This record gives sequence, C-alpha cells and structure tokens, in this order.
Amino acid sequence: MELEVPILIPVSKPRRGASGETGLWRIEKPVIDEGKCIKCWICWLYCPEEVIYEDQSGFPAIDLSYCKGCGVCADVCPAKAIEMVRE
Amino acid sequence: MVEGEWDIITGNHAAALAAKLARVSVVAAYPITPQTTVVEYLASFIESGYMNAEYIRVESEHSAMAAVIGAAAAGARTFTATSSQGLLYMAEVLHWAAGSRVPVGMAVINRALGPPWNIHVDHQDAMSQRDTGWLQIYVSSNQEVLDTIIMMYKVAEHPDVMLPFMVCLDAFVLSHTFMPVKIPRQEEVDEFLPPYRPRHWLLDPSEPISFGNLVLPDEEYQEMRWSIDLSMRRALEIMEDVAEEFSERFGRYHGGAVMKYRLSDADYVLLTSATLASEAEVAIDIMRDEGMRVGLLKLRSFRPFPHRDLRESLQGRKGVIVIDRSISFSSGGPMGNEVRSSLYDISGAPPVVNYIAGLGGRDITYNDLIMMTKDAIGRISTGRLKRPYYWYKLKPEYQRVELAEEVIS
Repeated sequence: MELEVPILIPVSKPRRGASGETGLWRIEKPVIDEGKCIKCWICWLYCPEEVIYEDQSGFPAIDLSYCKGCGVCADVCPAKAIEMVRE
Repeated sequence: MVEGEWDIITGNHAAALAAKLARVSVVAAYPITPQTTVVEYLASFIESGYMNAEYIRVESEHSAMAAVIGAAAAGARTFTATSSQGLLYMAEVLHWAAGSRVPVGMAVINRALGPPWNIHVDHQDAMSQRDTGWLQIYVSSNQEVLDTIIMMYKVAEHPDVMLPFMVCLDAFVLSHTFMPVKIPRQEEVDEFLPPYRPRHWLLDPSEPISFGNLVLPDEEYQEMRWSIDLSMRRALEIMEDVAEEFSERFGRYHGGAVMKYRLSDADYVLLTSATLASEAEVAIDIMRDEGMRVGLLKLRSFRPFPHRDLRESLQGRKGVIVIDRSISFSSGGPMGNEVRSSLYDISGAPPVVNYIAGLGGRDITYNDLIMMTKDAIGRISTGRLKRPYYWYKLKPEYQRVELAEEVIS
C-alpha cells in the first residue's frame, strides 16, 4: 500500500490578536500634549505603522497595541507636542 | 524550426524550446556565459509571440530565483537558467525554493568556478548546491536536454514531490554544440504534461496567507526537512514511471535515475555522468572489442541519489571506476563518495576507484576513459588501492608530485 507523502510547509493566516500585537516590543511610548497640538496631522502622515487616528475630541491619538515606539511622530512634530516616555 | 520534425540545434536552444513546450508562463533570468543564449532564445520566443509567457528582467540571479519562486507560489509554471557564479549567487534562494515546495524548473549550464576565470565545463557549480533540496539531473545530449526538462516538470509537480529541479548540461560540449534533435509537437507535450495545479498552497489575494514564518525547535522544523527528504526518495520511483510513460508516447528512453549500457555481464563498471557518459559508450565498445568485460552505468540523477539501483547493479562486480568532473577538496569526487557510501555495508561490494578528471573543461576523450579503466583494473588486480581518489591527467610536472605523494602515503 502506498503511503501518502506529507508535504509540510510553513504557511499561516495573518490574524489580529496577541500574535500580531507589535506594541508589545515597545520600550518608549509617545504621549501627546493636547495643549501644544496644532492638529497639523504631520505625525499621522509620517507614522510607519499607521497607528495614529483621530479621537472623539478631534485630536490625534495612538493605538498602543501596534505602536512600536519608534519616535518618528515625536521627531517630526513641529509643535513639539509629542514626548517619548519610558514605559 | 518545425515542431514534430528533426532539426539541428544547440543544447541551449533545446532548453529554451523545452520551456516553451512545457507551457512555462513566467521566465525570469539574468544572462551569464554559457547560459546566455537560453535566455536570448526565450526572450525572442516571447517577443515574437511564439511563446505565451511573462519575461521578467531582473538585476541579478538572486532576484531571478526570487521572482520565479514568487510566480510559482502564485500558481505559474516557471523557468530560469544559469551557470557557474550565477548559480552560486542564487544559493540562498535555492534553499527557499525547496523549502517553499515550489516546482521551479531551471537549466544549469555547468561551468567551472572562479578564480581563476574559466567558462568551460566542470560540475563544481551544481555539485556545490547538492544539499539545497533541488532535484539534480545530468544529461548527455541535446535531445536529452529537451526531453528531460519536459519530463522533470511532471516529476517535480507530482503531489508527492513538489520540489524544484535543475537539469544540468555541460558548458559548450552541449550548450553551444549543434546536434540533431527531434522536436515534439505542442499538442503531444500538452497531452503528456497537464497544466500546473498547486494543491498544497497558493498565494491568492482573495485569501491572504503569510509564508515562511518562524518555526521554532519544538514545532515542525525538523519534520519539514524530513518531508523534503521523503519526497526526494519518492521522486526516484516517479522519475522512472515518468521516463517510461515518455518513452511510450515519444519513443525515446533516456533512463530514469540511471541508464545502463552493456552492463548485464560486465565485470568492471564505468560509472560517470553527463557528456562523459556518452563518450564512455564509445570507450566501452572499444574495450568490449578488445575482449574486456566492461559496462557503463550512467548516473542521470545525482539528487535524489539512486542508492538502491546502484547496490543492485554493482553488487558482485570486480570493480567500479567512478569519474568525477568536480572535487570535494581532500575528500574525493562527490559521486565517488556517494557510490562508496551506497556500497559500504553490503557483502560482495566491489572496490571503487575514483578519478578526478576534466576540470575546467580539460578534454576527456574515449581514450582517456579507456586509460582510466585500465589503470583502475590494474590497481584492483594488484592491490594498489592506496588512496580513495586519484587525479587524472595533471600536467607532468605536477603528476610527479602527486605520484610521489602516493608512494609516501
């Protein structure tokens, strides 16, 4: 009797959840001072992870589940409204 | 050139035609001597509308292989070709192709490796890639180039195999030499080789998957390697079945993993591959006329390695003469070593005499093959088998050093 040859390949489905939460890698997180923020959205434009969104009050907010803490937003902010804070 | 007729073409032309007849739909390749005309033929086939495929122009062999892996993962039958340093440049991605289980096809025009610069035949390039998980077939004529590429798609795409393959042809001796080749008709090839339908995985934007992810020691990394090994072993039988089916349909049989010539009653067996094997047929005929009982075992498939075939064919013979066109430094010829390891634990195993010959395109004629066979028989009958391998036809001043070394060791 011929036995079937198992072809094993490393394939998986991309999914949300703990396995995809890249925010776990972060050392520093961005904190936005709404008093200084001028809503220019340059942080949103430059964020490499696309984790900046508009909150209910119309200010930029950060989805920390996926923010890797690279600090690009703080660096590009013209109003110096974003500070990187140790977790 | 008319399909269904005889024509006189080069090995590289035969390789390009085989890709066309196999209905390859994506070609990515970077030119390197002596492979260049393969990709030139393919480019002109596609440009003129004779072949229906995408031709991806890439900036290196590494990218060529990456491109065909991607295309194969998306369900295309793919082809590329390379030589020598180009094959080495692909090395990293060769492992990716096998691990991805994509049946990519490639013609490797065997050429010496630099330095020193040399464009002539030598098997070191492909032998250096023997552990990448690719099926490796060495061929002896332009007809065999064409037929083998078509056959190997059928083997590689078998659901039990799913591995990439390289068909290896000797630089210039085949790649640039014109020989009569019977070109099959497209409909005949279509009947023999059905379209590629990936069954195990497919890149499909409507159902996204990620591939090649992290697999840790406690997961199935080791089992994935085992599965490639098992598929390779299974490929030996499939190769034989496909060769027989091809012979029924097209009337040409080049052998499965091995091809035997005047072997049944032979006391001594000459074992070699590629164009040295066709030269060896002439040598065998001459030695037979002289009354020597010698036969030829041509090794077509180096990966998978046909251990069982060799054990059955070689057991009980008086000696085996293995001629390698590459060297595993300080260890011998890659084929010689494999043959020895095949035979080591069987009773009645014949002595194996391994020669390293014809490197960098140094000419090996039938007379040289006769010389090696007679030298080996002399060594076996007088017990002068001091060393695991011998260099053949070094220049005299170096041969003296080698002989002195043999006396000392």
